Amino acid sequence: MTGNRSPGLTTDRALKLAAIGTAAGVFSGLFGVGGGSVIVPLLILWLGYGPREATGTSLAAIVFIAGFAAATQGTYGNVHVLDAVLIGVPAVGGVLLGTWLQQRLPTRSISLLFAAVLMASAAELVTR
Amino acid sequence: MIPAIAIGVCAGVVAGLLGVGGGVLFVPGLVIFLNLGQHQAEATSLLAIIPVAIVGTFKQEGYGNVRRRDALLMGLLSIAGAAVGVALANALSGAVLRAGFALLMVLVAIQLVHRAMNEEPREREGIGRT
Repeated sequence: MTGNRSPGLTTDRALKLAAIGTAAGVFSGLFGVGGGSVIVPLLILWLGYGPREATGTSLAAIVFIAGFAAATQGTYGNVHVLDAVLIGVPAVGGVLLGTWLQQRLPTRSISLLFAAVLMASAAELVTR
Repeated sequence: MIPAIAIGVCAGVVAGLLGVGGGVLFVPGLVIFLNLGQHQAEATSLLAIIPVAIVGTFKQEGYGNVRRRDALLMGLLSIAGAAVGVALANALSGAVLRAGFALLMVLVAIQLVHRAMNEEPREREGIGRT
């Protein structure tokens, strides 16, 4: 586990990946998020990933995780497909814009601003 | 319809900018602006995340940042966890789930502040780690 680019798939690595996938799945299903906030730190701490590889690999895993969780939620009748399309498709454009902006803006102040938005939204949710 | 599109664009921009998944904004956006219940908002968020993650993966793949085998293994082995998480969510009341989600947002906010404080001011292209 010395951060080689493509280390062999030992039982130890496979078990760690299975544990991360399972934890992310629970988190994703429970909260309706991708699970990146669980996957990224664990890939870095457990498997010696660099931050960028962790983010990229996490995104690829999220395609499956969110897919499984969305399908399961579908069986409970909770998925509003039209709303998902209305926010999901513009979000794809937003991601491309955000990635472009990332090269041109100081992410530090944006991180702090976004943290403030999250705190305000959390307050709004609990007082509803 | 317009609030939905606005939520989508904002969540996407933040996801691209900070590497924070769209879900942490999709869910509160759907609850606050589209008046979905917590369960419906979470389920709908999951579906909306898929196209964002697909496009993000292709972009990251281009930079050589995706370890496909590991991603596939984690993704496929998440199925049991995802089923348990969804069952758990549906067993909880909307109010409890909403309180849990609010706690998650606070934790992500703390993670972001922590990251911003440790970040080298000159390192501008670093892809976020959330």
